[in-house]
Amino acid sequence: MDLSMLWYLVPSVVMLACGVYGFVTRKNLIAILISLELILNSADLNFVVFNRYLFPDMMEGMVFTLFSIAIAAAETAVAIAIIINVYRAVGATDINIVNKMKH
Amino acid sequence: MGITLPILILAIPVAMFLILGIGGVFMSRKTAGVLGILGMGTTMTLAYIVAFTYFFSGSPEFIVEGVRQQVQLFDVTWLAFTQKLVVNIGFILDPISAMMLVVITTISFMVHLYSWGYMEHEPGFQRYYAFLSLFSFSMLGLVVATNIFQMYIFWELVGVSSYLLIGFFYKLPSAVSASKKAFIVTRFADLGFLIGILVLSYYSESFNFITLTHNPESVLMSTGGATFMGCSALTWAMVLIFVGGMGKSAMMPLHIWLPDAMEGPTPVSALIHAATMVVAGVYLVARMFPLYCVVDASLTFVTCVGAITAFYAAVVACTQLDIKRVLAFSTISQIAFMMVSLGVAYDRPIEGIHYTGLGYMAGMFHLFTHAMFKALLFLGAGALIHAVHSNNYTKMGGLRKYMPITHLTFLIGCLAIAGIWPFSGFFSKDEMLAAMFANHWFWGAWMTMVAGLTAFYMFRLYYLIFWWDENPEYAEHRPHDAPWQMSVPLIFLAAVSCVAGFIPFGELVTWNGEPYHIHIEGAVAATSLTVAVLAIALATVMYRKKNEWPARVKNMWPGLWTAAYHRFYWDEIYMFITHKIIFGGICRSIAWFDRHVIDGAMNGMAWITQKTSFAIRGMQSGQIQAYVLWYFLGALLLAAVTWLALI
Amino acid sequence: MFTNILIWFVVIPVIMMIGLGLCRNSGMKAIRAVMVVGSTALLALAIWLCVQFLQLRAAGVDDEMLFTGSWLWYAPLNIHLAVGVDGISVLMLMLSAIIVFAGTFASWKITPLPKNFFLWFCLLSTGVFGFFISIDMFTMFMFYEVALIPMYLLIGVWGTGRKEYSAMKLTLMLMGGSAFLMLGLLGIYWHSAPEGGQCTWNILEISHNASIDASWQYMLFCFTFVGFGVLGAMFPFHTWSPDGHACAPTAVSMLHAGVLMKLGGYGCFRIAIFLLPQAANELAWIFIILTGISIVYGAFSACVQTDLKYINAYSSVSHCGMVLFAILMLNTTAMTGAILQMLSHGLMTALFFALIGMIYGRTHTRDIRQMGGLMKIMPYLGVCYMIAGFASLGLPGLSGFVAEMTIFFGSFQNADLFHRVFVICATASIVITAVYILRVVGKLLLGPVQDKHHLELTDATWWERFSTVTLIVCIAGIGCFPNWINETIQHSFVPIINAIQAAV
Repeated sequence: MDLSMLWYLVPSVVMLACGVYGFVTRKNLIAILISLELILNSADLNFVVFNRYLFPDMMEGMVFTLFSIAIAAAETAVAIAIIINVYRAVGATDINIVNKMKH
Repeated sequence: MGITLPILILAIPVAMFLILGIGGVFMSRKTAGVLGILGMGTTMTLAYIVAFTYFFSGSPEFIVEGVRQQVQLFDVTWLAFTQKLVVNIGFILDPISAMMLVVITTISFMVHLYSWGYMEHEPGFQRYYAFLSLFSFSMLGLVVATNIFQMYIFWELVGVSSYLLIGFFYKLPSAVSASKKAFIVTRFADLGFLIGILVLSYYSESFNFITLTHNPESVLMSTGGATFMGCSALTWAMVLIFVGGMGKSAMMPLHIWLPDAMEGPTPVSALIHAATMVVAGVYLVARMFPLYCVVDASLTFVTCVGAITAFYAAVVACTQLDIKRVLAFSTISQIAFMMVSLGVAYDRPIEGIHYTGLGYMAGMFHLFTHAMFKALLFLGAGALIHAVHSNNYTKMGGLRKYMPITHLTFLIGCLAIAGIWPFSGFFSKDEMLAAMFANHWFWGAWMTMVAGLTAFYMFRLYYLIFWWDENPEYAEHRPHDAPWQMSVPLIFLAAVSCVAGFIPFGELVTWNGEPYHIHIEGAVAATSLTVAVLAIALATVMYRKKNEWPARVKNMWPGLWTAAYHRFYWDEIYMFITHKIIFGGICRSIAWFDRHVIDGAMNGMAWITQKTSFAIRGMQSGQIQAYVLWYFLGALLLAAVTWLALI
Repeated sequence: MFTNILIWFVVIPVIMMIGLGLCRNSGMKAIRAVMVVGSTALLALAIWLCVQFLQLRAAGVDDEMLFTGSWLWYAPLNIHLAVGVDGISVLMLMLSAIIVFAGTFASWKITPLPKNFFLWFCLLSTGVFGFFISIDMFTMFMFYEVALIPMYLLIGVWGTGRKEYSAMKLTLMLMGGSAFLMLGLLGIYWHSAPEGGQCTWNILEISHNASIDASWQYMLFCFTFVGFGVLGAMFPFHTWSPDGHACAPTAVSMLHAGVLMKLGGYGCFRIAIFLLPQAANELAWIFIILTGISIVYGAFSACVQTDLKYINAYSSVSHCGMVLFAILMLNTTAMTGAILQMLSHGLMTALFFALIGMIYGRTHTRDIRQMGGLMKIMPYLGVCYMIAGFASLGLPGLSGFVAEMTIFFGSFQNADLFHRVFVICATASIVITAVYILRVVGKLLLGPVQDKHHLELTDATWWERFSTVTLIVCIAGIGCFPNWINETIQHSFVPIINAIQAAV
């Protein structure tokens, strides 16, 4: 069976929608971070798919995805570090409680 | 004549002003006084030389075929507005300016000398002499002005000197407000003067007196029939210029500053507010006389203003208690006399245009004699105030025994102003009345009545000071004659007042330079003498000894007396206009408008901006989730729009 | 580039700033030394420029602008640093140098943070000098902004009273003006090339080549005139002036009223009228009404104020209104009067604000109801105040008289009723001016002493005397010998008047 691009793009969109939904609705910082990862992964998936199907003799999409994954990893590390520190300082990871910088 | 003398005449007083004004603090009183007197003495000598050369040298520069010429000794550019309108500073020598040089420097010198005694113990003696020098400089500059703008420049300068000298005792609130009043009222009049100059110079394209007055008809032509509210442009210009003169010469209704100006030191009143500065208005009309003649409506205006003022001031003078105020009103009345005299100098045209010139000559003559005897009266009043320490004649009375010199000289002054032969006032007043009768019997009769009133109030003053009843306070504080510095000017001016009438004035000063032969008109002289003598007799009956007559007369017309005592409420009217209407009404409402409407609009804009930003600041919640939601909604919207656009 | 004398007017303040930067914060002596040397150098430079300029003119050099120079700055928009001066700019530079000089001495003991104060002060002067030497509209605008911004900090930090409010109001209103101005200038720029050639910011080139469409001229004239008019305190955009002046420190009030407000008038004729003459002819009447209101309105408002600085600020509204009013009369004499009025008002207001600062420094009040009889206590300051007052009410022999008379006689050359009525209203302001000046003098200096504590106050110190004498000498100098200045200005107006007449 020859898979068309759609087979990849639909899960990607679903992932994006799940990520956005999670990002907007979840109150826990860790959950928000996970949602963010979902969004990023959906974008990565798109890059790879578009590269493979539309420009098969090029590598930019693949390389960019690798970059993205690396940066996402770094970002997650930083974010986790911040969240842990916030948790130590405030005693919670709920964004309704961590709102000191709002005002 | 070279330019050295005229320049020195102007330069010495201004140098004295700077030396005494800047260096005065480092000088002793004596140095300052001597320096001031010497400076003025030198100026006087130089002015005499210039004036006498002009009148008597007979040099062809000054007199051609018996006609005295107008000579500009120098005339240098000061400021060029346009190619044609150029302001010069110069020195004109003609009969009236030469006469004024003599008058100003003489009186100024006498006042300098007199002040040495009078102001001896006052603080700020050096400053006083500096201001006197400044005034002398400004007044000299005014009379020798070659053009109307130079006159305006010095006109303002005499105004400010007057301001400084009236407010000399600056710690007294009354002196401060009097000086302020004097300046503002005259400034208001100067506004008229300035607009007059603007109009005149716009059409004639010249400031120069000689250019303007030698061909007045061409000036009239140059306005090209321009009219405003029914009067020709030149009429307006001349009337407005005269308004300036009304302010300086204290004509109704701009007279209110002069009585208050008596707050200044008395010698200043003698110099500025009796003899020199206040006649600047008369001098101005005399200077521009040919132009006034071509628009006779303006000359009629001068006559009417003068006639009303003369009568008003004479009536008020009959009721005042303060001796300086009486003299102030008398000054107003006498200056108005000169104004009327100038106003009637234009004969109604019978065959074409011709001028009689008698009124002009008489007005100038009276200016001269009046300066002398009024300065004498003021200086005498100064001596009295110096002795009694009060301006009010209720503190005086019976002083003839204590102050013989002052008494005699004051009497001479009174006789001169009343117009009794052979004192100087008789001659000048007789010529003026003759000119008025020649114009119209009404003016003659009216002014004869004023002359009678003059004789009455002057002798009322004289009797109340020197006769009437002795003040009991003399016992503890015995009044005495003034020191020599003060007596010498009194005696000198009294002597001048005795003989000045015999000067052949008509040979020297006339409107067109041609000599005029004075002849006493029997009928006019007899009438005015009779009236004066009757008025003096009445004053003698009423005031020589303490009696009930004055009180009875006062009770006969209490309303009239009170009104006259309050100067017919002119000050109250002005007070109302300035304080209630201008300050309270206009200024306050404008200030309110500025603070609340204009500033309110600006603040309102700021307020709206602030409110709007507060209103939309909720969007900036700081919640990333909210932002993301907005972001994706926006992205969806964009995608939808793009999709719709594509299909 | 540095061989051009004009550049040094900008370079010297920058050097001064570097010098100040090297001083220690508390090193008052070093700071003063830098300021005195720098401002003296500026004054000397201005005098030297003036002499050079007059010599060149006397030698018959008849160019519109002298000492010109032009250096490309940003090619895509054709922006140059173009400099050049005519007689008017020379006099303006002179005025600025005098006031910077006097202002240095007037703020001898400024606290707190003297170093920072003088740094901003120098930056402000850079802007002012740069504005007057530029003939490129863009650099002119840039220097204009450079002069405006320091004002915010100078008032906000070193001011008194409601300083934050006033600083904000002043800056925002002037920035609003700048916005209009920028639009106007951009409009002129885009229309400066007649047939699709290279657009230019250079004023001289525009005036020679461009023929901007009439309909565009109308709009651009309104933009530029309002833009500069805000700085010239034109009714109804003047309210920054009373508050700003009242709260500003002495030297800043001096520089602001003395020089910065002149930028408005200068810009009005150099750009709005010179480059858009047709619109100027057609639309002058609108602004004559507004400035006519300014003159009378400012004077009346000043009559009832009780704060010394407010009185002078409103008086500035009136006098600066006179500047714009005269410029709009569009003839040589009146416009010459406008420049004279700028000089005169600059010197005299600087003197006023310096004196008010000195009096305030002693009595700690500016309310005239709480003071009185100061003439007895501090005679030197009292006399100076009176001289400033007399200059303001137009006493002959001082500069105000010359300026006002030139304006009145020039304005009266316009013979129609509309102009006449407004000229006579403007003339009436001399009486109102006399009223408020004498009111202040009477209450503040004369009369009995109001407050016993004032009896212990001292008269002026040497630096205060130095500062005031400099200004008084200039005021009296212009007042007594006005003609050389008058001729210099009149000569410089020839191209502008030609442009106006060509557009009729």
